[in-house]
Amino acid sequence: MFDLKDLYQEVIVDHNRSPRNFGKMDNADRVAEGFNPICGDRLNLYLKLDDGRIADVSFDGSGCAISTASASLMTDELKGKSIVEAETMFNNFHQLLTDDKPHDIQRVEHLGKLAALLGVKHYPTRVKCATLCWHTLHSALEDNKTPVSTE
Amino acid sequence: MNSKNIAPDIISSSILDVDAIRADFPILRQKIHGKPLVYLDNAATAQKPEQVIKTLDNYYREYNANIHRGIHTLSQKATEAYEGARVKVQHFINASSIKEIIFVRGTTEGINLVAQSYGRTRLKRGDEIIISEMEHHSNIVPWQLLCEQTGAVLKVIPMNDAGELIMEEFEKLLGKKTRLVSVGHISNALGTINPIEKIIKMSHAYNAVALIDGAQAAPHMAIDVQALDCDFYAFSGHKLFGPTGIGVVYGKQSLLEDMPPYQGGGDMIKMVTLEKTLFNDLPYKFEAGTPHIAGVIGLGAAIDYVSDIGLENIAAYEHGLTDYAISAASGVTGLKLIGTARDKASILSFIMDGIHPHDIGTILDQEGIAIRTGHHCAMPVMEHFHVPATARASFAFYNKREEVDQLMTALEKCKEVFK
Ligand SMILES: Cc1ncc(COP(=O)(O)O)c(C=O)c1O
Repeated sequence: MFDLKDLYQEVIVDHNRSPRNFGKMDNADRVAEGFNPICGDRLNLYLKLDDGRIADVSFDGSGCAISTASASLMTDELKGKSIVEAETMFNNFHQLLTDDKPHDIQRVEHLGKLAALLGVKHYPTRVKCATLCWHTLHSALEDNKTPVSTE
Repeated sequence: MNSKNIAPDIISSSILDVDAIRADFPILRQKIHGKPLVYLDNAATAQKPEQVIKTLDNYYREYNANIHRGIHTLSQKATEAYEGARVKVQHFINASSIKEIIFVRGTTEGINLVAQSYGRTRLKRGDEIIISEMEHHSNIVPWQLLCEQTGAVLKVIPMNDAGELIMEEFEKLLGKKTRLVSVGHISNALGTINPIEKIIKMSHAYNAVALIDGAQAAPHMAIDVQALDCDFYAFSGHKLFGPTGIGVVYGKQSLLEDMPPYQGGGDMIKMVTLEKTLFNDLPYKFEAGTPHIAGVIGLGAAIDYVSDIGLENIAAYEHGLTDYAISAASGVTGLKLIGTARDKASILSFIMDGIHPHDIGTILDQEGIAIRTGHHCAMPVMEHFHVPATARASFAFYNKREEVDQLMTALEKCKEVFK
């Protein structure tokens, strides 16, 4: 039996209330837009790249607690990471949330703070809220100009 | 006891024997996450009484056959039941003839039928269609498509911040070029009951035809298309306690006669040669192919069911329940109602400080309470109120005040989670 507390963990409530790295970045190298048309979530992601690394990252938009906290946690984790590392994190996170297998401990440890979001797995309608920012990141890294949609 | 001393809310809560009614709905006995289901998503789709479920079951078990074509016994039985349901619909909305009752998949298809069959042949470049700012996407997009096809122009009646149409603005939009006016009877996103009698009269004064989207009204109030004098009226069976995939579009006979078929196929013809086809009479001209026979018969059973309870009783009971919910909601700090029209039915759309509707939906679900969160297929309404989404509780006559109380308790719990 999964409790609401597994979904709305302390960390998530906190990052929802005061999201980190929130705000538009004026001199961004990459900007990508993400939508979740079902719930109306909207997210802009801003990246500053430096020699294959994410020098700075921020986001703005409006979304539910899960999508806001996920974006906040993601941006915290991404700073200073190389693009290759960021893509690995994306794959890791996505797989943990979407495949049916029990969690691989090593993978979970690899996630660091992001692990707080794993409770979402037990709420299938909410997985998209947690992954929206990551899909948007992926699109920014590929320099895609079309907005990302979860549908 | 002097009846004058009884508070109006006590009278309205005893209009219906809600416990007896609930016993007719098997799904309501269910538990969700270990808690009794509190189903408050009736505006999306309503639950089905045993009477409807049994009617469907009986049709498939006892007399499943195609209609209008066989001379065998089962086909005759099925045809009789199908056409019998049409008569029920006719009486339900007080149409003057069964020729005016066309079965479609739902409100959406009904509106598309009018847009394509009536609109496409009658409208030309520069003609104007008027809708309102609070329409469901299904009463926006068909007209946008029609405008693209014909060069007609779409005009929109604005609403005020209570979620009421601004009638003076409507008056200004009407003109020589107005051909068609299409508005919702009750808004699914706000609960507003629109003054459609007035809207229809004003449209006619400019020789425009009026279509009413009755998707949210048919389950909650008595409809009389002759008294309304509307030209078209569309509604869905599934919101009226009937099956999904079936609905009705009513049209005045004089208009339907002159309209070309919407789709071609079997059943809608009198005679076909490879050169030419003679179309069937009304209403069959608009019902190409094997229809949703079970759906129509099930809709007939749903209409019998609500008619037995009585639409006036339903409206009075729900009015009391809605008032109760509005006043209960005003006791929840941080809750803001979206849609505060004076004339309002069965829908409570709201937002809460610092809590996204989507999170409210998940937390309520854990309490067994089903509500809808999102834009409710009315994105322009969300835009008007500058919100990405709302949470919406919508009631039916089987909902009780206890359930409203449970909703409010659960909303307090949402605040706990995000404290
Ligand atoms: C006001 C209104 N119009 C139209 C529709 C579309 O109905 P359907 O999806 O049954 O065709 C709905 C359903 O949500 C509605 O609420």
